Amino acid sequence: MKLATAFLATALMATTAHAQEPIRIGFITTLTTPAAAIGNDMVDAVNLAIDHVGGEIAGHPIQVIFEDDGLQPELGRQKAEKLVRQEKVDVVSGFIWSNVLMAARRTVLDSDTFLISTNAGPSDLAGKLCSPDFFSLRGQNDVVPMALGQIMNERGVEKLYVMTPNYSAGTDMAAGVENTFEGEVVGRDFTKWGEDPQLDFSAELAKVGASGADALFAFYPGRAAIFARQFEQSGLADRVKLYTVYTFDQIALPTLQEAGIDVALGSVTVDYWSPDIDTPANVKFVEDFKERYGRLPSNYAAAAYDLIPYLKAAVEQSGGDIKDRDAVREALIRADYESVRGRYSLARNHFPIDNYRSLEIAPDANGAWSMRSDGLELAGLVDPYVDQCGNDS
Amino acid sequence: MDTVLFVNQLLNGIQLGLILFLLAAGLSLVFGIMDFINLAHGVFYMLGAYICATVAIASGSFILGFVVALPAVLVLGLATEWLIVRHFYKRDHLDQVLVTFGLVLCADTAVKYLWGPQGLSVPLPAWLGGQVALGGITLPAYRLFIVAVAAVVALALWQVIARTRVGMMVRASASNEEMARALGIETRMIFALVFAIGAVLAGIGGIMVAPITGASIGMGNQIVILALVVIIIGGIGSIFGAFVAAIGVGLIDTLGRAYLPSILGAVFSPSVASSAGPALASILIYLTMTLVLVFRPSGLFPPANR
Repeated sequence: MKLATAFLATALMATTAHAQEPIRIGFITTLTTPAAAIGNDMVDAVNLAIDHVGGEIAGHPIQVIFEDDGLQPELGRQKAEKLVRQEKVDVVSGFIWSNVLMAARRTVLDSDTFLISTNAGPSDLAGKLCSPDFFSLRGQNDVVPMALGQIMNERGVEKLYVMTPNYSAGTDMAAGVENTFEGEVVGRDFTKWGEDPQLDFSAELAKVGASGADALFAFYPGRAAIFARQFEQSGLADRVKLYTVYTFDQIALPTLQEAGIDVALGSVTVDYWSPDIDTPANVKFVEDFKERYGRLPSNYAAAAYDLIPYLKAAVEQSGGDIKDRDAVREALIRADYESVRGRYSLARNHFPIDNYRSLEIAPDANGAWSMRSDGLELAGLVDPYVDQCGNDS
Repeated sequence: MDTVLFVNQLLNGIQLGLILFLLAAGLSLVFGIMDFINLAHGVFYMLGAYICATVAIASGSFILGFVVALPAVLVLGLATEWLIVRHFYKRDHLDQVLVTFGLVLCADTAVKYLWGPQGLSVPLPAWLGGQVALGGITLPAYRLFIVAVAAVVALALWQVIARTRVGMMVRASASNEEMARALGIETRMIFALVFAIGAVLAGIGGIMVAPITGASIGMGNQIVILALVVIIIGGIGSIFGAFVAAIGVGLIDTLGRAYLPSILGAVFSPSVASSAGPALASILIYLTMTLVLVFRPSGLFPPANR
């Protein structure tokens, strides 16, 4: 009898101990430098998501360790190293920047840890460097400008001028748009970027005016206010429609509104998510985010939010043990959960096959500048790199 | 259509040149008269932009921001001169570089703590945000406004230096400080005045540029390098030289960026041309400086008395 009680007690202890062992998530993002606004948005979204799922996955409390990459790939790699070796996390996630993700990739994947990007989508990871243990919560980088090129075709744009900064992402964005755009590209400018970026675009904008373009494509991440202000001053807005990617986002729009740069209103961008998507999960996310933090969430926040329900669904569907990696991987590939964007499936390279919606910058019901779907939608876009990926499924 | 574009680019170049002149004038006077290397000149450019932006956002009036920022920068300039700079006039150039570089780091960090790392965007009144049609050519109103303000400031500066009693004392102190003092000119006052006026000129430059590029940390540090190039080309201590060189550099930079890609496009592939063009435009500026240094080591218009 005594023995039986002892046995029962031990068994109980073992279960509780097992149940209390947390699921540990390392989250690498940017928490210093001007880009900290993006990182903080992601951190807020993850914390909100944890509260929404009740703080646990299959009975295990969720523990997230946030790390700052300081915008530096090398620092990001060191933080990944720390998360994997010291903190022994089950999942490394986050990543705003493609170069940080590429630097941290080996460290995480070589130590049999799941790597889930909530924003960065470098072409290499979608193609020849894809991995069974890597997952992304948003499409590969190039899909967005390619979708925008198609949107411009649908809207009847005939002559396009292209302006992007002169670095890898800038030239990629330009190439992506020009890849799908069927009209005439009447001019392009790649402006100086990096340590000492060119911030006065007067010469380029004057050329846009003289080129006779009816649309301007721009990609100026983090410089939305400067670019929009100068576009406004150039007086081009009456004749030239502005199309952007990764520039007028929910991080930049409050600043633009505060500075009264009205020219941003009516410009068009494209994304897989916007605050006005009408799914129950998204309404709850946007409403609660607004209530708790007093602002609209960005697309960075939306993908970071999805991480927690995605992981919860995958672990619980595969038996509740995150250490059972094969089963969890199977479940992650199924992606059977309520994402804020609605349901989606993964391509072979584990990037989502998303619908991309044409979004117009417009005030929402409360007057805050936001993105509003204008009805155009491209279904099921897959990036061009998936064929180079060696994953089985 | 091409003339419209050309006039636009010309205006852009002149506007950049005038902003450079506002910076270079102060730098050149301080360097020429006090023999003081002021790397922290860009700090006042940044502070002017930030103070103007703050007031403009709070009050909704850019003009009010302008009016408040000027005396604020003047006071900051006088304080900097009185607390730090005047103790370094007689020290060697390395000490001056070190102390002003330290000032740059302190100012950048202070701005980060006060205003955050994000940078500010300045609202413009409607009458400045639009365009002006001049003889069939539409020009951005704000660029014209910059040109007008900077031209007035340049003219006023020239009149003060060349025609007034204070200007005469400044010129006297610059030519021979000991003799000027022996004749009863309070050179310490003159130096403080010149430093503070230089700070205000830089502040005006920052204020003017803020609605275009926004106010951001370290915005003055890059442009101060260009301003140094300008005073080397123009001749250190010469206001006229600084003016000519600033306009020249502004035009080279803007016209280079505008036309080099299409000129290069005749020879190279379009993608090479469009990325090499802007790089070549900035190389052109330094090439000009090198040529000036080789053939006229003291600049194009060195002050006669030096």
